[in-house]
Amino acid sequence: MIEIRNLSKSFTLHNQGGVAIPVMAGAHLRVDHGECVGLVGRSGAGKSTLMRMVYGNYLAGGGSIRIGGLDVVTAEPREILALRRAVLGHVSQFLRVVPRVPTLEVVAEPLLRLGTPAPQARARAADLLARLNIPERLWALSPTTFSGGEQQRVNIARGFAHDYPALLLDEPTASLDAQNREVVLCLIEEAKARGAAILGIFHDEGARERVCDRLVDVTGFTRGLAA
Amino acid sequence: MTLMQNAITAAPLLSVQGLTKRYGARIGCAGVGFDLYPGEVLGIVGESGSGKSTLLSCLAGHQRPDEGRILFDGADVLAFSEAERRRLLRGDWAYVHQNPRDGLRMGVSAGGNVGERLMAVGARNYAAIRESATDWLGRVEIAADRIDDRPSAFSGGMQQRLQIARNLVTGPRLVFMDEPTGGLDVSVQARLLDLLRGLVRDLGLSVVIVTHDLAVVRLLADRLMVMKSGRVVECGLTDQVLDDPQHAYTQLLVSSVLQV
Amino acid sequence: MTDQAYNFAYLDEQTKRMIRRALLKALAIPGYQVPFASREMPMPYGWGTGGVQVTAACLTPEDRLKVIDQGADDTTNAVSIRRFFQRTAGVETTERTTDATVIQTRHRIPEQPLAEGQILVYQVPIPEPLRFLEPRETETRKMHELEEYGLMHVKLYEDIARHGEIATAYAYPVRVEGRYVMDPSPIPKFDNPKLAGNPAIQLFGAGREARIHAVPPYSDVVSLDFEDHPFAASKADHECDLCGSAGSYLDEVITDDRGTRMFVCSDTDFCASRQAQGHRGRLSPQGATP
Repeated sequence: MIEIRNLSKSFTLHNQGGVAIPVMAGAHLRVDHGECVGLVGRSGAGKSTLMRMVYGNYLAGGGSIRIGGLDVVTAEPREILALRRAVLGHVSQFLRVVPRVPTLEVVAEPLLRLGTPAPQARARAADLLARLNIPERLWALSPTTFSGGEQQRVNIARGFAHDYPALLLDEPTASLDAQNREVVLCLIEEAKARGAAILGIFHDEGARERVCDRLVDVTGFTRGLAA
Repeated sequence: MTLMQNAITAAPLLSVQGLTKRYGARIGCAGVGFDLYPGEVLGIVGESGSGKSTLLSCLAGHQRPDEGRILFDGADVLAFSEAERRRLLRGDWAYVHQNPRDGLRMGVSAGGNVGERLMAVGARNYAAIRESATDWLGRVEIAADRIDDRPSAFSGGMQQRLQIARNLVTGPRLVFMDEPTGGLDVSVQARLLDLLRGLVRDLGLSVVIVTHDLAVVRLLADRLMVMKSGRVVECGLTDQVLDDPQHAYTQLLVSSVLQV
Repeated sequence: MTDQAYNFAYLDEQTKRMIRRALLKALAIPGYQVPFASREMPMPYGWGTGGVQVTAACLTPEDRLKVIDQGADDTTNAVSIRRFFQRTAGVETTERTTDATVIQTRHRIPEQPLAEGQILVYQVPIPEPLRFLEPRETETRKMHELEEYGLMHVKLYEDIARHGEIATAYAYPVRVEGRYVMDPSPIPKFDNPKLAGNPAIQLFGAGREARIHAVPPYSDVVSLDFEDHPFAASKADHECDLCGSAGSYLDEVITDDRGTRMFVCSDTDFCASRQAQGHRGRLSPQGATP
């Protein structure tokens, strides 16, 4: 489902003397249907950079990232948008939403964008919010005022609203209590069971051991590069 | 996957090639080209004087470019007669001005403002016009009992929402917006952004939005074009351009934004 | 007799020629506003300088002129314009609609149906029907050119929204021959149906605005409206208190300090003719019709 070949990346800082910083070279990776692959490596080794390239958020320098038949490295912006809408989900560490929009709408939005009828989309959103223990009285409020843990759970609910064939998870269990951590791990297991290919970063070792089928050390992709 | 394929096989709604506008020896914009697909929101950013407003006014037919082509739905817009061009401007196209006073008739009631485009395309049933106007006021969150009030009695945010209703009532396919959230309070901006996002999503609108506010394009635009000195220096997915800018000017622009 | 100090009908022949050209163009393009080089006239703007110039350009020594103001032959404006042409053109004048060949009018169309060969000259204050909604002349001309008349209905919409009905009672906009939207000058909308299919030539002159427009005989003239708020030619719901007419446009006259009122025909010639034929109203000096 996700196949990365010979991927490289460097940043050029034009406003700091045009210095070029290579951050990745020769990255290879493959995630099959129903598989969860965890990225490991010390902080700053390039786990997040790799994830962002897969999502099309960072521009790759070379190589290919094939997701469901589309090469993200060479794809047109609108192809990436279509990919993100229907195929590739992303749970980032930070919730970024239009202020004032109610939580329920925030979670339902990925489904609404796919053309799911509003009542159905909202019902699915309500299910997920309930499972993640967001009290119903908060659903009508904007999540921008919520605590860090609550925002993280809203973000997860949003990421799981649509059954994406491929998912990127960036520390999904960070800052969650034991009970909610368990809910999130169950959601990941369910996604795997329906055949989703998952690429994730998990600092939580217990979580990593439970859901990841394989681990890939990204340090191998940055060897020999100036960090 | 079908949705993805649909999005990819569709033809562009607006196709712009080599658009150039000069003011004497000075360049307004030069060699601008892009494709805009149905349902897509394109943000154009740049500092004042970068040519983004010139580009928008050339696209919307307020100014005639010196060179280049503008194809709407396959038709060469620059070859249109004045009558055809104006028909486009009150039917398939819409233009939201930064200052609502430029886009509204201040001496005409809210209902009349919304109804004007309907009457311009031939609506002659008062009750039906009024029903459409009421419906649209509701969609932009203006209470139905304000329908007979003049826009001069509205707040800035309400005026802007009224302008949007007035523009969208005839179901245009392409909307041009010039700094639609400029001059509004931050809280009012957020509400307007949310409204615009919902309308774009529900109506499948294609939008070209000019702004200098990067936060606005991050929330609203799918794609971004960065302009400097009349030329496009970078374009791509909005979040990619903002998070991994490639051009020196974009890097400067992004790093100059105050973090909140 | 003509005062010898003046050319016939006051204006010099070159000016009349220029105005006649504008009139012919206006008749050729019904409802279209033709610009003309409006002259200074020996009366202030608003007193009918446009109508007077059109009349002067039309008059021949054989013509019989009638001048009415709000339907009446005996008001200041009508009397002074009639005397102006008596003095400068020496033409015969009349108060009888049927006898007149040229009728200059301010704000009315005579009740007596006009006939072929008659010319009705209207005094027009503001010829542009779109003016109140669109102040830019460049824009209104473009709107006429491209038949963009949606704005005219916005005005009628505003009327209904505010008053529950189309409250525009005079200068009610019309569309001529399916093409140009025209301001018929401030005639009551009661008179609008008389614009259509009229055998007479109808000429409109606006002196200050320097525009002439026209409706040729037997033209199609339609008052703008909505499907669910159709045009209605309304008048006061009374009979004339002098001649008993139920179908003519009425003026309301307050007759004392206690608010007593009477309704009389605004068309004085029409009312007098009816009374001469023996028709009587509620307050006729000779008493009501038996």
